[in-house]
Amino acid sequence: MPLLSVESQLPWLAELAGAPLPNRREEAWRFTDLAPLRDLEPTLLPVVDPLGGVPLPKGVSRLDPAEWAPLLDASLVATGSEAAWPVGLNRAADPQVLALRVTGEADPLELAWDAGSAKGLAALRVLLVLEPGSSLDVLQVVNSSGANCTSLITEVLLAENARLNLGVLALGHGMASLLAHVAVKQEPGSALSCTTATAGWGLVRLEPRVMQSAGSAQTRLRGLQMVDGQQLADTHSFMSFGGPAGELDQVHKVVANGSGRSVFNGAVKVPQAAQQTNASQLSRSLLLSDRARVDTKPELEIVADDVKCAHGATVSQLQANELFYLQSRGIGADQAAHLLLRGYCDEVLRELPAMASAWHPLARLLGDGA
Amino acid sequence: MIRSDAPVLLEINDLCARVEDQPILKGVNLTIRSGEIHAVMGRNGSGKSTLSKVLAGHPAYTVTAGSVLYRGENLLELAPEQRARTGLFLGFQYPVEIAGVNNLEFLRVATNARRTEQGLDELDTFAFEDLVRERLGVVQMDPAFLERGLNEGFSGGEKKRNEILQMALLEPLVAILDETDSGLDIDALRIVAGGVNQLAGPDNATLLVTHYQRLLDLITPDYVHVMAAGRILRTGGKDLALELERDGYDWVDQELARLGAEPAEVG
Repeated sequence: MPLLSVESQLPWLAELAGAPLPNRREEAWRFTDLAPLRDLEPTLLPVVDPLGGVPLPKGVSRLDPAEWAPLLDASLVATGSEAAWPVGLNRAADPQVLALRVTGEADPLELAWDAGSAKGLAALRVLLVLEPGSSLDVLQVVNSSGANCTSLITEVLLAENARLNLGVLALGHGMASLLAHVAVKQEPGSALSCTTATAGWGLVRLEPRVMQSAGSAQTRLRGLQMVDGQQLADTHSFMSFGGPAGELDQVHKVVANGSGRSVFNGAVKVPQAAQQTNASQLSRSLLLSDRARVDTKPELEIVADDVKCAHGATVSQLQANELFYLQSRGIGADQAAHLLLRGYCDEVLRELPAMASAWHPLARLLGDGA
Repeated sequence: MIRSDAPVLLEINDLCARVEDQPILKGVNLTIRSGEIHAVMGRNGSGKSTLSKVLAGHPAYTVTAGSVLYRGENLLELAPEQRARTGLFLGFQYPVEIAGVNNLEFLRVATNARRTEQGLDELDTFAFEDLVRERLGVVQMDPAFLERGLNEGFSGGEKKRNEILQMALLEPLVAILDETDSGLDIDALRIVAGGVNQLAGPDNATLLVTHYQRLLDLITPDYVHVMAAGRILRTGGKDLALELERDGYDWVDQELARLGAEPAEVG
């Protein structure tokens, strides 16, 4: 793989991506400083196929290159992601494409990667093609414990009446970065539930992007991001309705502690063709430290007139009346705060596909034996 | 049950308290002995709910004067959780809904906090489930509510039953029930009152805070206190509650006006 030439002033990633790193003068990167990526060791890390040597679940089969080549990029294009810098970086790293077809009622699928403590860039690319009427629960687990960057692109094509329950559980390290796109194209009658949970990463940029190509589909998005120390987590979500009668139910939650920074930008596009859209977006942030910072912004672009679109954003501390109620039952202040925090996180975590419980997400996110 | 030789559990002397800059309690005196049931009645704004919250240690209220002795010790210097562990219980007028905190687990953590204080072993999940299923009978509560979030989506009546269930598990020495009857239909009221009667005994005491007589048809108080303008204006037996039901609270205004005209007597 290309190594950085000594004379070059560009960071290795910019060289590799063929474009400079986004900077904070660009609106989409206003709050997100990619400085941690500048010092990344110029090495492409080998990636193990998470399905190598394991039998595929019932209903899931591999697509061969001739089958997936024409389908690749379709959901990125549909969701307007093909020119995004993290996508360009992933392409340039040229990862093997893990392309899977889902037929009928498939058994649950788990895809786990761990960049470990190796230094460098790990690029992963997944394409899921759900045939009409099929259904799948899939959990993606991304771990890291060192100075590396994981670049993940998950593309999904949901055919008519297909159902996908997609979970992304990403637990990182203060020196580690995660750049992830989840791009989904939904046909009418399909249902997507996408739940993401991130914690521990020095830097996260997560972009769940969904296009209902002709409306009449259901999209449920749940997100939880936790920041502590000097960590930064940024979720930019994007939802677009290409036709009428689509539904969106979105809740994004944040826990900001230490000197952590959290960014949420939730774009929802409802053009003229998308009459009878029913969309709701709620952003809730829990600020546990006066040094932490939260930026949250809904970005609704509604042209159609016969629609229901609700949005709300709250930033608060733990509720004093809830704490007092627990204390009045003999539960100490610290334990009461911990219970409330667990409850707050669990509302999102319990929506991950069932096999997530084997990873003990609550205990690991809260760093205890919860 | 009144026994003059019963030990004093709670002794409130000239208690004054404010919320922000607003004085609410202006010299409350009340002594509660083991085995007694007291009712504090009064109109909205009389200070009766504030009294119950101050006793439980609500952080929004500041005690400005007076004292409260609980089993002979200074209650006011204890944190809210310590008051609860040593057997003081507040049944909330508006129990808080906390989504995501499992009701059963909450009940177990609370019960074990109290048991540890009493020098008893903590109950594991199995032993606790046996206990809670037995105590559910006190309020005829559906076990399905144990699996829900704490008070999450409970109706008003279900929340109050859950309060009395907590009381049944924590076995308090002094139970303060703040407007436990509000928002209950007659069937729920009977069940909740039945639970309170079942739990009241010679070794504990109950303080009912209520606006209406109807709860007192079902739980017979030994003493009835009428509160107005932040103090106890009159104390009597259960007949006082009937008198209030018949005559209303209008006489309170006259009494307050008289006291206002003769401030020297307020003391």
